[in-house]
Amino acid sequence: MSQAVPPLLSVHPSRALVDEKFSVLVENLPPGCPVTIRSLYQSEDKDFWEAYGHYVSNHQGTVSVSEDISLGGTYTGKEAMGLLWSMRPIPGSRKGLRLRKKDTCAPMLVTISVYSGHEDVRDQAPLASALVERWYMAPGVQRIEITEKGVRGTLFLPPGPGPFPAMLDLWGGGGGLQEYRAALLACRGFISLALEYFNTNDAKPKGLDMKCFETAFEIIRSHPQAVPDRVGIIGLSYGTLMTLSLAAECPTIKPSCIVCIGNAHSKFLEEKVLKFHKEIPDRKYNKIHMMEDAVVKRDMGLAVLEVEHPKVKVGNIDCPMLLINGTDDQNWPTVEVASDIIKMMREAGKESLVTRLDYPDAGHLIEPPFSPHFRAANFMLHGTKKKVMVLWGGKTKPHADAQEDSWKKILSFLQLHLYGAPSLKAKI
Amino acid sequence: AALYSRTVSKPNNKNPILMMLSVHPSRALMDEAFVILVQNVPPGFQVTLHALHRCEDGHRWEACAHYVADSSGNINAADDCSVGGSYFGVEPMGLLWSLKPVPGSKPGLRWVRCACDPTHSNIHVNGPQKLHCCFGPPKGPGPFPGLLDLWGGGGQLMEYRSALLASHGIASLALDYLTRTDQSLTVPVSVQTAYRVLQQHPQVLGSRIAMLGLSLGTVFTLKMAASLSPQLRCAVCISGSHIQPVSGEGGVMCLCYRNFEKISFSEQDEVIWRGLLLPIPSDPSLKVDVGRLQCPLLLVVGEDDQNWCSHESATDMKQMMERAGNDQLLTLLSYPGTGHLIEPPYTPHTPSMMVLWGGKTPEHSAAQEDSWRKIVTFLRRNLYGGSDPHAVNLSHL
Repeated sequence: MSQAVPPLLSVHPSRALVDEKFSVLVENLPPGCPVTIRSLYQSEDKDFWEAYGHYVSNHQGTVSVSEDISLGGTYTGKEAMGLLWSMRPIPGSRKGLRLRKKDTCAPMLVTISVYSGHEDVRDQAPLASALVERWYMAPGVQRIEITEKGVRGTLFLPPGPGPFPAMLDLWGGGGGLQEYRAALLACRGFISLALEYFNTNDAKPKGLDMKCFETAFEIIRSHPQAVPDRVGIIGLSYGTLMTLSLAAECPTIKPSCIVCIGNAHSKFLEEKVLKFHKEIPDRKYNKIHMMEDAVVKRDMGLAVLEVEHPKVKVGNIDCPMLLINGTDDQNWPTVEVASDIIKMMREAGKESLVTRLDYPDAGHLIEPPFSPHFRAANFMLHGTKKKVMVLWGGKTKPHADAQEDSWKKILSFLQLHLYGAPSLKAKI
Repeated sequence: AALYSRTVSKPNNKNPILMMLSVHPSRALMDEAFVILVQNVPPGFQVTLHALHRCEDGHRWEACAHYVADSSGNINAADDCSVGGSYFGVEPMGLLWSLKPVPGSKPGLRWVRCACDPTHSNIHVNGPQKLHCCFGPPKGPGPFPGLLDLWGGGGQLMEYRSALLASHGIASLALDYLTRTDQSLTVPVSVQTAYRVLQQHPQVLGSRIAMLGLSLGTVFTLKMAASLSPQLRCAVCISGSHIQPVSGEGGVMCLCYRNFEKISFSEQDEVIWRGLLLPIPSDPSLKVDVGRLQCPLLLVVGEDDQNWCSHESATDMKQMMERAGNDQLLTLLSYPGTGHLIEPPYTPHTPSMMVLWGGKTPEHSAAQEDSWRKIVTFLRRNLYGGSDPHAVNLSHL
């Protein structure tokens, strides 16, 4: 008596960098068979994240996630990477989770499985599964911890003799050290230093401590494999305030180009701005308020923008600048900030240096591609050890598109300004 | 794997040329192709791509190829021509299959490595006869079709082909049957035992088992296929022969020792075993009766095989099957300029290792790539296919 042959599930490539695509193929199903394809990942914090799509096989019994249309699930339509970017915590998980990889040396291990039918599959045994590795480090990339001269960070070196252009990578107001974007930049040919410019344990952020940044910049520039006059800076959220400040106001740091994601240019540490939210007239803005059970700071930001206050003198910036924002950013009015930055650059006669990318319905945290989107998440307020739920904004599919598109554009911007490549059309 | 490519460029002025070298994907299985890109060099710039690999045994292998950048300053090794070096022409995987031991290496080296799918787990099964083998089912709930993998006369346990098959959804058991001293039996007991182990394994579909043999393993594969079929789903024989006593004492090894004077030597003193079993005997008792096969058979042979008379054997097998009327089960893939060790693709070609294997590198490498694809398709169609595998039409291969 012969048993039923299971369907054949394959993922190509089964090991890839997190910004590389894969194709998921199921074969040997009966024709016209309804199936659910599901991804499952256990994070370093032991939470489970999942995504799934509902498909129907064709007359040859095949389902191809890259070619076919998902009819329901956590994503719909023709979405080759939907099984990753539409991931969310499984039902019953803790609230406010955010998926970020701490250990960049080990891959994310994602299980992709196929189940029969379109009903709830979680209690079913899968028909077939495959294990997929998603890496932040390519073979040969080196990771070096930096603790010298008062600088704390992680340096990533691309494989090979070099020399390479380099990037300083600045995260946001959560503090601490996030390495994963710097690791990816090294995979793409840039020496990258992820800098811990303030720690969540600090009572007060180091903030605009120029010395720390100057030293970090010097560490990069003097690395034997770096091209000293081809160093750029990339910042996200609070990190964009740092990036703009360094480019505009620090005479020893002259980046070749800068990338700002989730723009902010108001000098928060100035006493006036910190106390500002108490002074906003109630009738006009909601100040910092709650929406969807999470803190929204966007309106306070709009109020700040309307009044005269200390801002980074972006008109002093002499290098090309890439501004990336989401129109559904609930954390800060980053699109309006970008407009203000461009206005200031125009007044200085330097508007041609700016490239602006506004992504409709994307939120604040525009991360490397295929990372899951979370509209709200827990955020540790520095110095207080208090966690609040912050509304970052964005709708999942547009946000995922923004992450995928912006990463490509960031890489081509950096290749142009740091490698000096007039046109890089990779014929893959 | 410890493989990397580097570009060698001629600096021509003060401004450094910041070229970019990338491989897509950066990680892949051994039978998956990749694309090598060089970008941001001046138009028409000459580069050499160099690959260096350090084997697990410490020996180093290298290959190189010369390219010229286009007017956009790009080189794509999958589309562009190599104009010199270890290979010529458009060869996306040339830097792998043309790898040779670095100058000054020990003579007679053979490429050895284990390439496993990330999920492949090796279990050493020790039955009452103390089988030495390696079993690795694909990841997932299963059950999966099974395959008994019989490597050739090298005597070493090779896991990597079995691991590759697991990545294609086949639960393979790679058997090292030549460690047994009792080589006089026509089918070593261990092969039969291994087949039973596979058939009864909870993760294997006992009704869907194939056999794959290379070189000496071919003989045992054909023996099992002729006696077991229709139980065996299909069989693949690479670089082998059907010649051996079908019953009684002595096996292939005894036949070899009796015909020792037919062994010859090349100019470099490499042993040529090819003539040992020639001419193909007409006595049917000296050959496996392939006319009795009832399952599809895929034969893969190299026309320049200097180690075994595989090409002549394949021709004889075809004639036997035509006379018996079961030749529609046979697919014969015969590759010109190809030697004995037809391995999974992109493996460097070893024309000799004290023993002359034969084949010229470009033809042999192309045969490896083509035959592997066809072997995997054949296995998947017959192991995963519909209820009547004998009706499978292989004419489009």
